[in-house]
Amino acid sequence: MPNFNFRPLWRYSDQFIDGVLTTLLLTVSATMIGLIIGIIGAIVLRGGPKPARIAVRTYIEIIRNTPALLQIFIIFFVPPTIGLKFSPIQASIVALSIYFGAYASEILRSGLNSIPASQIEAGLCLGLTRWQVLSRIVLPPAIRNIYPSITSQFVLLLLGTSIASQVSADELFHAAGFIDSRTYRSFEVYALTCGIYFTLVVLFKIAFALVGRAAFRWPTRR
Amino acid sequence: MALVEIKNVRKNYGTLEVLKGVSLDVEKGEIVTIIGRSGSGKSTLLRCINALETINSGEILLEGQSVSAKMDGLRQMRQKVGIVFQAFNLFPHMTIEKNVTLAPILTGKTDKQGARKLALSVLERVGLADKLKAYPEQLSGGQQQRVAIARCLAMSPHLMLFDEVTSALDPELVGEVLKVMEEMAAQGMTMVLVTHEMNFARNVATKLVFMHQGRVWEQGDPKTLFANPQTPELKSFIGHHAG
Repeated sequence: MPNFNFRPLWRYSDQFIDGVLTTLLLTVSATMIGLIIGIIGAIVLRGGPKPARIAVRTYIEIIRNTPALLQIFIIFFVPPTIGLKFSPIQASIVALSIYFGAYASEILRSGLNSIPASQIEAGLCLGLTRWQVLSRIVLPPAIRNIYPSITSQFVLLLLGTSIASQVSADELFHAAGFIDSRTYRSFEVYALTCGIYFTLVVLFKIAFALVGRAAFRWPTRR
Repeated sequence: MALVEIKNVRKNYGTLEVLKGVSLDVEKGEIVTIIGRSGSGKSTLLRCINALETINSGEILLEGQSVSAKMDGLRQMRQKVGIVFQAFNLFPHMTIEKNVTLAPILTGKTDKQGARKLALSVLERVGLADKLKAYPEQLSGGQQQRVAIARCLAMSPHLMLFDEVTSALDPELVGEVLKVMEEMAAQGMTMVLVTHEMNFARNVATKLVFMHQGRVWEQGDPKTLFANPQTPELKSFIGHHAG
């Protein structure tokens, strides 16, 4: 039995906490911006003009079929060559938003597609506007249909923010590397870091389950 | 002036012409049933009346106003025309009360206080006043279709369209929906129905329209036409649906 010693990590609790806060900042910012990208992307994919559809489709395919690590490097290292400089956090938020937006576009599109055209027709026949039909009739059941996949994607994003450490954004994984280099307690540092990520995910999953239960009360088939 | 005037309407999907010059008038208070084989264009014609389908030529006038998907006041027109579909199309995430009051509230026909009263009164007309808080999924098909009718009634329509509204129902549930429609007819609602319910067409309707190959093949008084079809097509159609 090797002798584990977590005690040296205690002095670095502030670094851990700051790391967690930065991780949450990256996750929440990228989710918000990514969702906005996703909403626009989904609407364009469903009914936009052909050039716009092709552009969005190209964006999605490029982002979903290349490494996220590479994307973050490109956002961090390329813009400075034209005089546009991002801080590590800014570059990470931009890259992760673009990343999340590609997945969100597809998920939201599938949500909108899951609502039968007859529902839209019924709303229009009652004399409602297109916006009223979208917001009152299409979106609530569409959001319910995609709730499991969009929340899973959120979890993947939260875990994926660890790659921001590679452009030295001081999120949780970056903090872990720093503390490891100071204490040489690699196992303890990464075990604790693992535990923190796991706890964060579990807390979010519980919150999502509670929100889902409160928001989606209507009975469905099956 | 008739409530609905359909003048020489043509409609095609690509090279397939489904309406080949249809003309038909619906007077206020009339109950018009449209019958015919599947593919004869009867549902398409019905859906043209509230501009769910665009027509290629001809004209449809509703209360004297030309109807099309691009018209000014499309929404105002649709607020006056109720349509009930084969598949009910209730909103699954709303209670029955919300299903019925959504459009009246959003279009400013009633405020939130008046909405409850409105919901109760239209649901009473279809015999479902006790289902205010239920969700569509908790109702039988017949009940859902009656709610769909109540949802239209809440808009106080000038005209009601019914697109094969009993075709998706189990046979034992058809009667309750037809009964509601008979009561509406008795109260003077103008109704246009596409249906396979020959008894309704014969006994409740004031006008029978037989469509065949995209044309109005025969029209007139239902009892006369049923007893005395003028064309072999209607004769054979009635023969197949006798009973």
